[in-house]
Amino acid sequence: MQRIGVFVCHCGTNIAGTVDVKAVAEALQYEPGVVISKEYQYMCSQAGQDLIKEAIKENNLTGIVVCSCSPRMHEATFRKTAAAAGLNPYMVEIANIREQCSWVHKDIPTGTEKAIILGKAAVAKVNLNAPLTPGESPVTKRALVIGGGIAGIQTALDIADAGFPVDIVETKPTIGGKMAQLDKTFPTLDCAACILTPKMVDVAQNDKVRIFSYSEVTDVSGFVGNFEVTIKRRARYVKEDICTGCGLCTEKCPQKKVPNEFNLGMDNRRAIYIPFAQAVPKVATIDPDYCTMLKSGKCGVCSKVCTVGAIDYQAKDEYLTEKYGAIVVATGFNPISMEKFDEFAYSQSKDVITSLELERLMNAAGPTGGTLLRPSDGEHPHTIVFVQCVGSRCASCAEKGKEYCSKICCMYTAKHAMLIRDKYPDTDVYVFYIDVRTPGKNFDEFYRRAVEEYGVHYIKGMVGKVSPEGNKLKVRASDLIDGKQLHIDADLVVLAAAIEPDKSARPLATMLTASMDTNDFFTEAHPKLRPVESPTAGVFLSGACQGPKDIPETVSQAGAAASKVIGLLCKDKLTGNPCVAHSDEWMCNGCSTCEKVCPYGAITYQDKEFRMPDRTVKVRRVASVNEAVCQGCGACTVACMSGAMNLKGFTNQQIMAEVDAICK
Amino acid sequence: MKVTYFPGCTLRTKAKDLDLYARRSAEALGIELCEPKDWQCCGGVFVSASDEIATKLSSVRALIDAKEKEQPIVTVCSACHNVIKQTNYAMQNDETFASRVNAYMAQEKNPPLPYAGEAEVLHFLELIRDKVGFDTLKAAVKNPLTGKKIAAYYGCLLLRPGKVMAFDDVENPSIIEDFIRALGAEPVIYPARNECCGGYVALEDPASAKKKSNAVSDSAKNHGAEMIVTACPLCKYNLVKNGSSLPVVYFTELLAEALGVKEV
Amino acid sequence: MENKNERRKEQILRMSGVNPKKCMRCGKCSGTCPSYDEMEYHPHQFVSMVESGDLEPLMSSPSIYKCLSCFACVDRCPRNVEPAKLIEALRLTVIREKGANHLLADQIPALLDEEMPQQAIVSAMRKYSK
Repeated sequence: MQRIGVFVCHCGTNIAGTVDVKAVAEALQYEPGVVISKEYQYMCSQAGQDLIKEAIKENNLTGIVVCSCSPRMHEATFRKTAAAAGLNPYMVEIANIREQCSWVHKDIPTGTEKAIILGKAAVAKVNLNAPLTPGESPVTKRALVIGGGIAGIQTALDIADAGFPVDIVETKPTIGGKMAQLDKTFPTLDCAACILTPKMVDVAQNDKVRIFSYSEVTDVSGFVGNFEVTIKRRARYVKEDICTGCGLCTEKCPQKKVPNEFNLGMDNRRAIYIPFAQAVPKVATIDPDYCTMLKSGKCGVCSKVCTVGAIDYQAKDEYLTEKYGAIVVATGFNPISMEKFDEFAYSQSKDVITSLELERLMNAAGPTGGTLLRPSDGEHPHTIVFVQCVGSRCASCAEKGKEYCSKICCMYTAKHAMLIRDKYPDTDVYVFYIDVRTPGKNFDEFYRRAVEEYGVHYIKGMVGKVSPEGNKLKVRASDLIDGKQLHIDADLVVLAAAIEPDKSARPLATMLTASMDTNDFFTEAHPKLRPVESPTAGVFLSGACQGPKDIPETVSQAGAAASKVIGLLCKDKLTGNPCVAHSDEWMCNGCSTCEKVCPYGAITYQDKEFRMPDRTVKVRRVASVNEAVCQGCGACTVACMSGAMNLKGFTNQQIMAEVDAICK
Repeated sequence: MKVTYFPGCTLRTKAKDLDLYARRSAEALGIELCEPKDWQCCGGVFVSASDEIATKLSSVRALIDAKEKEQPIVTVCSACHNVIKQTNYAMQNDETFASRVNAYMAQEKNPPLPYAGEAEVLHFLELIRDKVGFDTLKAAVKNPLTGKKIAAYYGCLLLRPGKVMAFDDVENPSIIEDFIRALGAEPVIYPARNECCGGYVALEDPASAKKKSNAVSDSAKNHGAEMIVTACPLCKYNLVKNGSSLPVVYFTELLAEALGVKEV
Repeated sequence: MENKNERRKEQILRMSGVNPKKCMRCGKCSGTCPSYDEMEYHPHQFVSMVESGDLEPLMSSPSIYKCLSCFACVDRCPRNVEPAKLIEALRLTVIREKGANHLLADQIPALLDEEMPQQAIVSAMRKYSK
């Protein structure tokens, strides 16, 4: 028989306001096993904790029930308290009489009755609790960063700086991500490449960092501290360690008509290419979809001109498996397709472009060498219309676009408008906005400068339709302040397309068993207090994969993710969660159902010898749980038809005892 | 293939061509058009208020007829198609509306089974696209309209509301362009093809209708079209009445011409 | 009086199925409306004025007969507010409440010409009369 202590917390008036805490303590005093029942103002305070410790010692308690707030809040606190008094921490049960009781009820009798019932359930459970001891596992002191944009680069640099080796896996032939495609950055207007490329070089030269470009993660197993990751290194048909990046092959390749994705298809590249001048690693890659040698075996020009013999047409995809202690997701974002918004005529006119395309048209390394020219005829545009919120802030029932604000568009549009007015003062620039959102340091000042100093016409209203007529784009829009419908003959229309997580994020989340929201952004462990951690232990989030964010925010989050990784990798051993599944081998019928439902791959089947009552030996196939991998989700316990599978700390018997106590 | 064919009142009077050429073309394509016995006017417009019941009953009767014959219900007139399709959508998705309609229908002489939007509603163009296929149509063309630059005029009724009509991409449709291509001609894409001609407002505010119609025909002309093709008698009326410099023809006329059945 | 207006607003929202609270005040409906110039009140104003219960000015404005029911505002609205349905509900409310048919059968012959399709007449009667 257990000797149980009950401790009822007032939580000031949070609980005591709607629950008669004295009555609760008295009622629970007579439950089986309870030897002492007390109430106190703030049980989590030092005085409250001391009260518990003393009670444990004085009464030789074997288990305690704390009737207080949600276990998410203070379960850890009270477990520590119990441990300090020599009690196994898993002999502590929390009855949540705040969030699930006092806060949701209005009158004292109802609140009190329910608090007593919840307390009885907890007592019933403690009666069946057994001391549990968590296991320990070692930590592999190496981190993996998935995605080589500014988020991934910053995270990798910070982890490496602390002395831990780190690998970056990037699907593109070069790291750099979206930031490498940008022209200038807000709110300071410094050149994106000038601040990004030194960081790219830093990563490349850091001997703690390995870059796997043109690669992707194909499998993840294991658990925090002990991940095993398979990385597919796509064949680039150029030996990375030999290629000097001289670029001769990219000049001589006869296949000139390949849409250049770095310039968003606005110009062409060769079938063998280096994405841009400052690419890291600076090596060529052959695009197998366009290379005539790979497709038909006829050509071989690049191989002939390569002075170092780096071309390898026989190259195959390679897989490598590596162990990591922590994984950082930094998969980034993309602008959404404008397909469903053709009232803006994106598919009907080359002169309707997205903001990212405009970045390339203004960039010195872009298709126009940095001079802003219309894609259709190469003329200077004199009237430019910017449309904000294209595909952002859409109602879900509108069945197109995204419900969220994409966050970065207001600022980059102000930047574009300002840069255009600065460089081409004869240009009329209109920005149609619903709201201008500028909550960042020096952001609103920046936007006001666009209006007041650069004379950008900001119009509160939305564009309804863009009609390409002749060489003009007829823009029909509303001006809500002046109460007018405007008709503007524009030369260029720029759409601030909503941003969405990269398509690789969803399959990656499945591999990592990391959760995502309905928009495929990774979910953080706590939206305010644990913003860079995924709920899956050992998986961290960096940059726009977690939600739309600008560069300053991305870099801060990247550093924060790195510090969490460093905190983890500093540990030599990790303490596990003892509340894991356990199979009663005598009851197991070998059906494999649990193995199939386990999302972590923690269950395997083994043939084992059993000594039967008649003294014969029988070989039976039974489930066994890898306690280090099991996350204690309990899926197997419900799936198990023979009742062999149980979750320690949450056994079927314990849960039924709680239900019985509630239903009594 | 047998389909229930709802001609609509305008096709019996001012838009006889639209009907005549549809019938000849259907025959040439091996489609049998079965007219419901006592069809009534669809009402011309779908009244979007969900408590309007009586005005939608004629559509429901036609839909029930098609359901009972297990045939899709096909129209050529954009307006009829819009009303019937929207009514059918309401019968599928608005329970209150559907139960009230069914209560009315239960008062008929030979009351039908409750209707829940089971019939398939197709515009003649959808019938060609989805059941005949543009490739089959192309093969059936006897007099290809080679070299003709034709602007497809969708207007509003075929496309909107997009969620209900589910006819094509509302802002960048392609069905009539594909149809034009199948007939051997060259489609002209212009931005006003899904803008309104002014519709029934022509009756009491001709100036308003003129403005809208001219915007459409001018845009088609500016983009190099030689001809405008439509499925709607009112669109045709508005464009022609307001002085379109391009000829405006029904899509069925083009179809009959290409199939070689215009004159029989 | 206040109650009557409230009831009327409720009725309009119910028959149109429109929830004006979904509107984010972007003005795209009025930016796309082909009849903007003919209207005294514009689509976005219909939405916000119905929400604030300011029905009288809308119901007595000729604007309710200027909407073409082309549904461009409905399809282009990013918030799925469906302003055209609201305008239709207001027009029907006027016609039903006051019995004030905007167009009488007697008036029609004078408006016709030889080519006018039946569809136009029937539609106008549906839109303007009870």
